[in-house]
Amino acid sequence: MKVDQNVKYMESHEWARKDGDLIVVGISDHAQDSLSDIVYVELPAVGDTVAKGKVFGVVESVKAASDLYAPMSGEVVAVNEALEDTPEVINSDPFGEGWMIKIAPSNPAEWDELLSPDAYAAANA
Amino acid sequence: MSEEMLKRTNLYEWHVAHGGRMVPFAGWEMPVQYPTGPTEEHHTTRNAAGLFDIDHMAQFSVSGADAEAYLNHVSTWDTTLMQINDAHYALLCYDDGTIVDDIYLYRLPNRWFVALNASNREKDLKWMQSHTDGFDVTVTDVSDETYMMALQGPKAIEILQKVTDVSMASVPRFTVAEGDVAGIPTLISRTGYTGEDGVELFFDATRAVEMWETLLKVGEPLGLKPVGLAARDSLRFEPSFPLYGHEISADVTPIEARLGWALKLNKPFIGRDAILKVKLEGPKKLLVGFEMVDKGVPREHYPVAVNGEIVGEVVTGIFAPTVGKFAGHAYVPAKYAKVGTKIQIEIRGKLKEAVIIRRPFYRPAYK
Repeated sequence: MKVDQNVKYMESHEWARKDGDLIVVGISDHAQDSLSDIVYVELPAVGDTVAKGKVFGVVESVKAASDLYAPMSGEVVAVNEALEDTPEVINSDPFGEGWMIKIAPSNPAEWDELLSPDAYAAANA
Repeated sequence: MSEEMLKRTNLYEWHVAHGGRMVPFAGWEMPVQYPTGPTEEHHTTRNAAGLFDIDHMAQFSVSGADAEAYLNHVSTWDTTLMQINDAHYALLCYDDGTIVDDIYLYRLPNRWFVALNASNREKDLKWMQSHTDGFDVTVTDVSDETYMMALQGPKAIEILQKVTDVSMASVPRFTVAEGDVAGIPTLISRTGYTGEDGVELFFDATRAVEMWETLLKVGEPLGLKPVGLAARDSLRFEPSFPLYGHEISADVTPIEARLGWALKLNKPFIGRDAILKVKLEGPKKLLVGFEMVDKGVPREHYPVAVNGEIVGEVVTGIFAPTVGKFAGHAYVPAKYAKVGTKIQIEIRGKLKEAVIIRRPFYRPAYK
C-alpha cells in the first residue's frame, strides 16, 4: 500500500499537499483500495468554502458512499473536472491524477495538525 | 450481526490466498471481489469468461413416485411439460401469492433436483417438507455434499469442452447433462445468472479445489478469471434477473415482480388463486427499471418520488458497467409504471431526476 511521502494525512484517509500557496486534496491509496471501484464523485464548486474536518463531498464506489472531509479550511479554487467522466482514476492514481480539489487555505496553521506520512503509515499498518 | 460463525466453502482458503475480499453473505463468508475489482470482473465475464464460487446456494433432491405431481403443486411452473434433462425457472409461493423463493427445477433421469437461494435454505426446506402430505415424495437437503460453481461468458463453453467428453453442442440452453468434467462426475446445467452463455456445475463437494483450479488453468489462455459476488450482482441486474430480498420477497406476488412468464396459471398450485386475483384486479404496485438523468448512484431503499412526492423505493441500484449507466429497479404505484415516466430518486437528502426505461437493460446473449 503506497504512503506518499510528499503529503500529510487525515485519520479519515484524505491527503493534503502544498502547491505554492494552495493546498491540493485527495484520498489515499488505503482509501481507494478499501472503497474498491469508484463510480462517482460529488465535489464542491469553485468558490465554495470548506471547513477543516467538515464534509466537502462524497465518493461513491460499487459498494458504498463515503463522505470526504476537508483537511484544511479555505476557498475552493480548482476542482478536478476529469473525475466526472473518469472517477476510476482515483483508484489507479490516488496521489496524482486522482486529486480532487485545490483550496486557498484560510488558516495555514492547520497544516501542522495533519498526520505525517510516518504517523499515517503507523496508524494503518 | 449474528453471533454464529459464518460458514465457509471449500474454496475459502483459495480465495484468501488469491486476494479475495471476504464478506458475510447469507451466513457465509464469500468473496465479494478479487484484486481484479468488480468492474473488470464484470467486463471479463461479458467479454471472455468468469468462474464463480456459488457453493453457498442450496440444493434439494426430490424423489418418489409423486415427485412430479408434488413439484407441480408447490411451484408455479408446469412440471408435466418438462422432459428428462430439462431445466426451468420457477417460483414457490405462499397461499396469498407472495413469494417464498425463486428456484431452478431440473428433471433428471431418476429424480428431480432443485437449486434455491442460500438465504432461504432453511425456510424453503421447512416450507417444502410441510407440503408433502398426500404425495409419495421425499425432499432432501443435499447442499452440504453438493458443490455449485458457475462458468459464464462467451468463452465458457469452449473452456468447458476442453475438460469434458460431453458434447456441449448437444446440451442446449435450459437443459442438463451428466458426465465427467475434469475427471469429476458432474451435473452440467446450461443455465446461469449473468445473461451470458455458460454453465452451472454440480458435483461432489470434496473435489471443489480440483475443479476450480483445473478450470482456471484451462481457461486462463482464453481470459477466464475468478469473479466475486459484487460482479455477480451487476451481471444479473443488467438482464433484469431478480434477487430475493430485492425484486422478489414475501411482500410481492409474481405479478408485481413482472414474473408472469414464470407462471403456468392454467394448473393449480399453491398461491395460484391469490395470484389470479391480483392479475385480474390489477396490481397496486409494479417493478420498474430506471436510469438516472442527474448523475448519482441509486441504492437499495432510497425513496422514489413522482413530482416530488415519495411513492416507492429502490430495490437494486448500481452503476451498470456494460450499459454504462447509473440504473436501478424500484417499486412504484402501478399508475406511474409506464416507460418514460419521470421520477426522482432521493440520494442523501437530495431529489435527483431519473426516468423509467424498458427492461432488460441488457439482452441475454444466448437468446
